[in-house]
Amino acid sequence: MKTKMILAVATAGVMFAGSALASTLDDVRARGKLNCIINTGLAGFAAPDDKGNWKGFDVDFCRAVAAATLGDASKVSYTTATGKTRFTKLAAGEGEILSRNTTWTFSRDVDLSQTFVGVSYYDGQGFMVPKKLGVKSAKELGGASVCIQTGTTTELNLAEFFAANNMKYNPVPIETNSEAQELYKAGRCDVYTTDASGLYATISSFDNPSDHMVLPEIISKEPLGPVVRHGDDQWADIVAWTLRAMLAGEELGVTSKNVKSLASKDNKNKEINRLLGKDTLQGVTKLGLSPDWAVNIISQVGNYEEVFEANLGQSTPLKIARGANQLYRDGGLYYVPPIK
Amino acid sequence: MFFIIGLWRNEKSRQIILQIFVLLFIGWFLSWLAGNVASNFSALGKDISFDFLSIPAGYDINQYLIEYNSRDTHLRAAIVGLLNTGLVAVLGIILATVLGVSVGIIRLSNNWLASKIAYWYVEFTRNVPILLQILLWHGIIINSLPHPRSALNIGDVSFLSNRGFYIPKPILENGIELVYLFSVIAIIFAFLFYKFSKKKQELTGVQYPVLWINLSAIIILPIMGYFISGMPVSLEIPVLKGFNFVGGIHMSPELSALTFALGVYTAAFISEIVRAGILAIDKGQKEAAASIGLKPSKIMKLVVLPQARRIIIPPLTSQYLNLTKNSSLAIAIGYMDLVATLGGISLNQTGREMETMVLVMAIYLSISLSISAFMNWYNNRVKLVGR
Ligand SMILES: N[C@@H](CCC(=O)N[C@@H](CS)C(=O)NCC(=O)O)C(=O)O
Repeated sequence: MKTKMILAVATAGVMFAGSALASTLDDVRARGKLNCIINTGLAGFAAPDDKGNWKGFDVDFCRAVAAATLGDASKVSYTTATGKTRFTKLAAGEGEILSRNTTWTFSRDVDLSQTFVGVSYYDGQGFMVPKKLGVKSAKELGGASVCIQTGTTTELNLAEFFAANNMKYNPVPIETNSEAQELYKAGRCDVYTTDASGLYATISSFDNPSDHMVLPEIISKEPLGPVVRHGDDQWADIVAWTLRAMLAGEELGVTSKNVKSLASKDNKNKEINRLLGKDTLQGVTKLGLSPDWAVNIISQVGNYEEVFEANLGQSTPLKIARGANQLYRDGGLYYVPPIK
Repeated sequence: MFFIIGLWRNEKSRQIILQIFVLLFIGWFLSWLAGNVASNFSALGKDISFDFLSIPAGYDINQYLIEYNSRDTHLRAAIVGLLNTGLVAVLGIILATVLGVSVGIIRLSNNWLASKIAYWYVEFTRNVPILLQILLWHGIIINSLPHPRSALNIGDVSFLSNRGFYIPKPILENGIELVYLFSVIAIIFAFLFYKFSKKKQELTGVQYPVLWINLSAIIILPIMGYFISGMPVSLEIPVLKGFNFVGGIHMSPELSALTFALGVYTAAFISEIVRAGILAIDKGQKEAAASIGLKPSKIMKLVVLPQARRIIIPPLTSQYLNLTKNSSLAIAIGYMDLVATLGGISLNQTGREMETMVLVMAIYLSISLSISAFMNWYNNRVKLVGR
């Protein structure tokens, strides 16, 4: 009886250890679903709509990876994480991708052994205040109470910014964006600081957005992007090229509207042919994907521009301008490696 | 073989054999767990190391009892957090004890209304989860109190706002040593007088009002010292400057909410313990004391309380321990205790989950063991004195 139990526990242990060796792609295919770790709620990036479905820029990226790997963008199940829990959840295998306003930094990449696969949004940290406070610049914030999400790059930037400007402040630590909004509205803090994108998202969800403003200073670089676990290069490549396919789609003029027709004809620009599987793209099978992987992404989710505009652009309450998040040829920072 | 069967048949040796097996199993299980952790860690490319404690923490903490800034190490940040845990635990224990003992006694009083109010207080607070109470107090403070610019002004020296409570801070100046000296003299006097009057009572039966005399000595002497040395204490009054009040002693909404919630919640349990302790003393004891002519207050002080104390202290200890451990719920409202610093931000910024959690647990364990040890010591003392 007792030996049986010991044996059972031991085999369970071996199986557990064994399963870690299977490739991430195989796991996802076997399950038929991609597990994606997202925000607890940030308008435009990841927030539930009135039917309870997750919507947003970060959510669409999860859907794009599901389209590429499973052929169906809807096959995603979402797990939320706060700034504090996200890396632990990723490491513990609660998701295959962390798609949650996460800044790429040296120590997260190297010391925390995460794999950052690219940048999907170039951001920077800003401050937001009620207009009636009469503050015009972040340099006037000495002595203020500042709401701040813990476990973020934000809190380190904040400490450095105030120290560098010889100002004191009173940090009010909180866990999620919605808690921050509550404390900010109740006046527990004078200022809320986070990535500028998060500030626009927060302001857009207020009853009177025009009573609040984002101060002109941007105090840091926050290249945000998807993260995967260390150690599975094939999976990291899949996620990285999913993002690049979306950007290439914008660059080559492939949209969700025209992708099907472009995919069925021989295009003058052979790069379109290779992206859409008309001409052979060496290595797609090695990645474990089918030749129409990019067609699935763009037809079901859209190219980068479409996803940006639908979630964050001028037609949304956030009204974020593309700015640095344009293609290099338009004056932005995205320069996609050739699809060759 | 027969020998083994013999051992198994024998009740005593069978128990020993079983226990050895259980121990071996637990040992094997623990080492299997540890091995798993180690191999999973190395699969993730992580090692176990406490070096992170000596690098700069990089984050600010809004309440520090020792000097701290973001350039200090993670270790120092952890100590700041630990002291914050200690502060809220001490304040909470004081509040819980004073409130709990009073409520316990009120519940036993003959005043129907007072005892009913005490009853409802106990029933209500005991049965609402402590986390909700913490959030409730915090919500009340930040939502119902005014902004600092329109803070409730108490005599121009103290202020209540949704950023917390501000009271004047005594600043000690030159000459304060005399006040200290007089205080020490007062305490020595009180001690000697206590011994003296006790002896006197044993020998002659004469009683002095010891409490009153000692109390006045302890209050009046330092005040005399204060005036003789030219009033060496000034007050730093909080003033509104820019966004917030500066100066004075600041009790943040988080510290206040946590102290109130923990104190009020634990007091309900303490009051029941006190009540049970007093009720447990045989009625005959009181009647016997009354029959030799003791006044009711003396009966309480000399007969009931010394015996009740022995019943009260062990469960009281576990309430103090509970309060201290419950203080880790601080994280829900962003009070920067040990869990929020070392077990929260440091963990997150360094990615050292294992190391920080082991440290946090070890520290909580040592706090609990120290409180138990102290209370055991005290318990033994009253036990001996009582007999
Ligand atoms: N980019 C920073 C900050 C990320 C962050 O916490 N962003 C906030 C606001 S932009 C957020 O996503 N909040 C949503 C939530 O609370 O789940 C980091 O990676 O540390």
